[in-house]
Amino acid sequence: MKKLIGSLFVIALASSALAAPQVFDFKDPKGVNNAKFATDAVLESINGTATDISGTVTFDAANPPATKGKIIVGTASLNVPNSMMKQHLQSPTWLDAQKYPEISFDVKELKNVKTTGDETSADASGTFSLHGVSKEMTVPVKLTYLKGKLSQRVPGKMGDLLVIRAKFELKRSDFKINAGQYTDKVSDEIELSLAIAGMSATP
Amino acid sequence: MRKLLRILAALVLVGGVGFWLAAGANTGWTKNRVPKKFVDDVTGIEVERFEDKFVPGVDFLGGTAVGAVALAGLSFVFRGKKKELKT
Repeated sequence: MKKLIGSLFVIALASSALAAPQVFDFKDPKGVNNAKFATDAVLESINGTATDISGTVTFDAANPPATKGKIIVGTASLNVPNSMMKQHLQSPTWLDAQKYPEISFDVKELKNVKTTGDETSADASGTFSLHGVSKEMTVPVKLTYLKGKLSQRVPGKMGDLLVIRAKFELKRSDFKINAGQYTDKVSDEIELSLAIAGMSATP
Repeated sequence: MRKLLRILAALVLVGGVGFWLAAGANTGWTKNRVPKKFVDDVTGIEVERFEDKFVPGVDFLGGTAVGAVALAGLSFVFRGKKKELKT
């Protein structure tokens, strides 16, 4: 009887550990995680990429609505096809990368969650911070939970992967980035798309 | 000298347009870095990494045209030899 109770306790403990929320680290050793941005103005359309992405997301495969976390993009990593344009972009006139070194999205909750297999689509609500201005935003996200796939990406490490994709628009005027100025070259609406993978290593 | 400048102007124009066409006829501004796509096999994430490469744009084309016109215009400064009228 004691053995049976002991076994049941071990099984219960193991299953609770499996169902427990996992913390995914989005500092990518392969440097693939990226955020793209695009502006389409009358005189110019600009596309760029940022790759310095970090942050953590707590995800529970059994309870996706409880997902929380913060994703940070290093402002200095924003790249555009022209090096002079990159200097302008990061200068105090535009993003002021020295004063505001981080762009972040602090996710507080997921709404309208729909899960099919390993994929979850939802609306993520949280605080988006850019250029020293924080604004509450809700953006559509897609999460893909890749169980046991970490070793395929990082040899020698066992664990899971969580891929997050998001595409949304924001207005630079909302974040006090030259509001109402240079609209012929840089549109007010900035299209952002995020494709990042986080890893949760098994000890 | 007139002839030389006009030939030079034509060469600058043809060479500039030819280079612009050969480099992909980019209708945007000149770029000195271009994105190259890379896909992560496991996650399917697509990333663009920038590589140093000069791609002339419409500003390069405009500069070439202005240069060619300036050279052609300069050729008018030099007078050609006047032909003596034979009576």
